Amino acid sequence: MNKIKSLDDLRRIKQDLAGGMNIREKSNSPESLVQIRVAMATCGIASGARNVMNTLIEKIEKDKIPAIVTQGGCMGYCYAEPTVEVKKPGEDPVVFSFVNEKVAIDILEKYVLKGELIDGILPVNYRTIEQK
Amino acid sequence: MSNYKMHILVCGGTGCRASQSHEIVEVFKAELKAHNLENDAQVVTTGCFGFCEKGPIVKIIPDNTFYTQVTPSDCTEIVLEHILKGRKVNRLLYEDPKTQSHVEDSKHMDFYKKQLRIALRNCGFIDPENIHEYIARDGYAALGKVLSEMTASSAIDEIKKSGLRGRGGGGFPTGLKWEIASKFKSDQKYVVCNADEGDPGAFMDRSILEGDPHSVIEAMAICGYCIGATKGLVYIRAEYPLAITRLKIAIEQARNFGLLGNDIMGSGFSFDIELRYGAGAFVCGEETALIHSMEGKRGEPTVKPPYPAEKGYLGKPTNVNNVETFASIPVIILKGSEWFASIGTERSKGTKVFALAGKINNVGLIEVPMGITLREIIYEIGGGIKDGKKFKAVQTGGPSGGCLTEKHLDTPIDYDNLTAAGSMMGSGGMIVMDEDDCMVSVAKFYLDFSVEESCGKCSPCRIGNKRLHEMLEKITSGKGTVEDLDYLQNLSKVIKDTALCGLGQTSPNPVLSTLEHFYEEYLIHVKERRCPAGRCKELRLYSINPDLCTGCTACTKACPVGAIEGEKRQPHIIHEEKCIRCGACYAKCKFTAINVQ
Repeated sequence: MNKIKSLDDLRRIKQDLAGGMNIREKSNSPESLVQIRVAMATCGIASGARNVMNTLIEKIEKDKIPAIVTQGGCMGYCYAEPTVEVKKPGEDPVVFSFVNEKVAIDILEKYVLKGELIDGILPVNYRTIEQK
Repeated sequence: MSNYKMHILVCGGTGCRASQSHEIVEVFKAELKAHNLENDAQVVTTGCFGFCEKGPIVKIIPDNTFYTQVTPSDCTEIVLEHILKGRKVNRLLYEDPKTQSHVEDSKHMDFYKKQLRIALRNCGFIDPENIHEYIARDGYAALGKVLSEMTASSAIDEIKKSGLRGRGGGGFPTGLKWEIASKFKSDQKYVVCNADEGDPGAFMDRSILEGDPHSVIEAMAICGYCIGATKGLVYIRAEYPLAITRLKIAIEQARNFGLLGNDIMGSGFSFDIELRYGAGAFVCGEETALIHSMEGKRGEPTVKPPYPAEKGYLGKPTNVNNVETFASIPVIILKGSEWFASIGTERSKGTKVFALAGKINNVGLIEVPMGITLREIIYEIGGGIKDGKKFKAVQTGGPSGGCLTEKHLDTPIDYDNLTAAGSMMGSGGMIVMDEDDCMVSVAKFYLDFSVEESCGKCSPCRIGNKRLHEMLEKITSGKGTVEDLDYLQNLSKVIKDTALCGLGQTSPNPVLSTLEHFYEEYLIHVKERRCPAGRCKELRLYSINPDLCTGCTACTKACPVGAIEGEKRQPHIIHEEKCIRCGACYAKCKFTAINVQ
């Protein structure tokens, strides 16, 4: 690594390094971010949840979308896997079904960024621990 | 760029390392590799999370899952269940002592809810041996800002306006200290970091140096620029090997990046840091004694003035600050003095790190805003008293401090309120005591420490403390009189007024404060020859409950002085005048027939 010769140098290096820490920075304040949870139970993984998750993470990194991706267990929608739950700050969670890589991009571009609903939303029939 | 979906943070502080956390790191790496997940999850060794009660701690990011008391054999399950399938391993989650339910993530733990982490901002968050992670979190940006955009006096002004006071215990305004040191002219000045943490039960400085050494290095360089020093020295106790190792690594990395050395960031300012090791003498936490020790002389204090700001290390102007004080500096420069001054109370700004210890559920390291109450610390963050016992007192400020009692539970904690209550902030040790603790013995314990640690230079401290200790010994062994209590009080005041340095001037504090708040307990010791908490061995009264005694004669055989008498199969009795209170009968009795008072 070259020596840091000025404040601008330092800022540039910081920019380069910040990516690796993004996930930790975001986890510090999850409540202010869009929380996206990919169901990664056996059935989810078998129907491609891992690729969906990778797509989501890459897109979020690339476009600097204020969202955080975590993995969840089986949500019970085995017939509709892969499923993705999206919770915007202060809003009720929305669950998307049959998500593939294309739908994943749609979720981010349309629902997360613009608030437009897309096809394949499952009716929510559960309550999370936070809502108790 | 790395594409890790998850980070596995493993605590690498001294406490968790002692319970094999470094092995946990290795097992995690091997398990990830075995399951082809090494590109999905990154294993990071961090500094202390503060929750030492339940170490080793493993935290999974991004969902903030907080696993406690993890062993190397648990790692496979965490990888297979959590990392691979997204199912949390319930049995390793933290269990809330109040609701007895598992807490899903650290954001929902009472221990963290009320904390505000400034000095500990990077502890348990970054890898202390990786300067990249520090820079990614705005590390060295404060130094850059000061060097390229601020003059020394404007930086000092910023620190002054922030209201930051010395975190080592004294509470002297840091900005003012820097200003004084900057005014003296000399060819060479020094910045010294006091890492000679000596209070029993305090470990915040160690944790900061182990968890975030770069913040201290950065702040020392800022201080150097402000006061016109080019050399920094860290005085650290040799008993902190891990902190020393990490500090050395950090200094080396900073040099390689040109953040220490000549012409830092093209500003023309040069600064470098060296380590000096202490042998672990409590008195060397005092500035002048510390400086003498660094010079290779005996660690003895000298009369101030002259203050180190005028004549310090090798006779040159020297500015000494504590580790925690330094760790707060970069944030103040970056976020501004107004932000810092908005936290805390009228005269104590910002946050303070406390080491919680004693009879409390959540032993560990916490950082809270000034002005928080003792009740919040003990019952919310600390999770209450162990085993549901009754709170009696909390000792703050170590051997120099005093006790706070039930009536202080709702007093906002800051420098001035603690002093007014007869205690002091000190470096931030908080030892919680319950109904089973004897306050006379507590005072004796601290006196023991002060007698041991007195350097012997001035007579009030060398002889006075010894006499105080003897008097307490007399009281706890049941030979004290009411007059002794007045004598204790008078001698304490004399020592306070006449001792040479901070150690002697504050060493009678535990006696004075327990006398003030627990005078009744002292009286019972001298008048009734009884210890209400049952701690003082020589004041215990052993007796036999005739209803439970079966006359098995086991105690008669156990008693070394033949104080127990009785016929076979008949209730026995203990002759009090012969009894030496050794407790052998109590240990031997199978029928719980021996009562201890």
